[in-house]
Amino acid sequence: MPVRPRDALLDPLVDNNPIALQVLGICSALAVTTQLMPALVMALALTVVTGLSSVSVSLIRKWVPPDIRIIVQLVIIASLVIITDQVLQAFLFQVSKQLSVFVGLIITNCIVMGRAEAFAMQNPPGLSFLDGIGNGLGYSLVLLVVAFARELLGAGKLFGYTVLTPVAEGGWYQPNGLMVLAPGAFFVIGLLIWLLRTIRPEQAEED
Amino acid sequence: MQGERGIGYTFGFAALVCLVCSIAVSAAALSLEDRQEANRRLDIRRNVLVAAGLLQPGERADAAEVDARFAVVGPMVVDRASGSVLLDVDPETFDPKRERLDPEGSVVVTDNPAGLMRLPRRVRVYQVCEQGRVDRWVFPVEGKGLWSTLYGFLALDADGRTIRGLAFYKHGETPGLGGEVDNPRWRSRWEGRQAFDEVGTVSIEVIKGSAGTVEDDPHRVDGLSGATITSRGVSELVRFWLGDEGFGPFLAQAGEEGAVECL
Repeated sequence: MPVRPRDALLDPLVDNNPIALQVLGICSALAVTTQLMPALVMALALTVVTGLSSVSVSLIRKWVPPDIRIIVQLVIIASLVIITDQVLQAFLFQVSKQLSVFVGLIITNCIVMGRAEAFAMQNPPGLSFLDGIGNGLGYSLVLLVVAFARELLGAGKLFGYTVLTPVAEGGWYQPNGLMVLAPGAFFVIGLLIWLLRTIRPEQAEED
Repeated sequence: MQGERGIGYTFGFAALVCLVCSIAVSAAALSLEDRQEANRRLDIRRNVLVAAGLLQPGERADAAEVDARFAVVGPMVVDRASGSVLLDVDPETFDPKRERLDPEGSVVVTDNPAGLMRLPRRVRVYQVCEQGRVDRWVFPVEGKGLWSTLYGFLALDADGRTIRGLAFYKHGETPGLGGEVDNPRWRSRWEGRQAFDEVGTVSIEVIKGSAGTVEDDPHRVDGLSGATITSRGVSELVRFWLGDEGFGPFLAQAGEEGAVECL
């Protein structure tokens, strides 16, 4: 069944979200979501890498020897990640310092290789590009929702600007310490998946 | 499964992919190198200015603004053990990171109170000048906290005793707990405290709970609540770097000369 371009791009946002439904890419979703700014940059970096790696893998899919296809995909993804990291260091230095190793760890993000192997190896470049971007955006959506909740509840801020003045700075808001720790992200992602599966019961797994 | 095109094709394909990818990566790294280097230099300058109190943390300042404010700051390379300024070393090209990686550039230490494994032989210190005289010094400091090594700068008054500021620019402590070393309110508690007692022994320490005002309780700083180990780490690292194995010899020399003229 051929995939429509619209579906390739939009399906991963809600109907087939890589984090919420497939539960992929969780580790970075925990690590970079204490604040919105690094989460946004991480989301953009991953979207660009997924889009470009899918299109590159798709372009060479007919010539890749099947027995080395995984390592070929990895070489392409790793190169794109290194280039992305270099660009961030040159143009967004402060955020790249905050993200530190996590940009490099995009290489091991299951979403990128998952899309290369599951989609780009079977589909034409244009469609693969849309699928990669769509999955990147699905990841971005969850990352930003989680970062929004964590930065607001954990520090009383959004994008570094104080929204709820904490008690320590003379305000009324008592920051929730759990939100700035990794378990806080688990709770937010868990609640999000719960919400999504309540609205769309077909996403829940069979017992 | 062996592709029908044979093993030579597989090797050829692998080599071609590697070649194309390595050209792309090298091109990106080379073309962006200058920008990255400028960013790193700017970042260090920004951190020194923050510790010296010439820039507020989080204040937006572009490269030109940072360089303008840095005009009063003079970096110099110092021999750690003797405290002498090494005039033949260019502080602009001196790279503390490379120094640390070079076995010749550092010495192995055991049971270091700041939790360090190697100490650099040479360190870069900064003098902040006002009308040709040193107004304060800025020293690089580092040491172990709970999870991570904290890297920062400690600013001392030209008298070599009064702390003017402490700012960490890199650490991996728990946000909200040990990570509060970045909190401007806590950092301001250091200002005006006395680093040494009457006989010149390092006396500053971070205590558990609250310390008094600068006038009543000049040698102690509030601990961070919920972050006992980070607080102890900060205490130990500041004490270590002010001591004989840290910047003690440099401060002793600077102190002898009285009010120091800017180099």
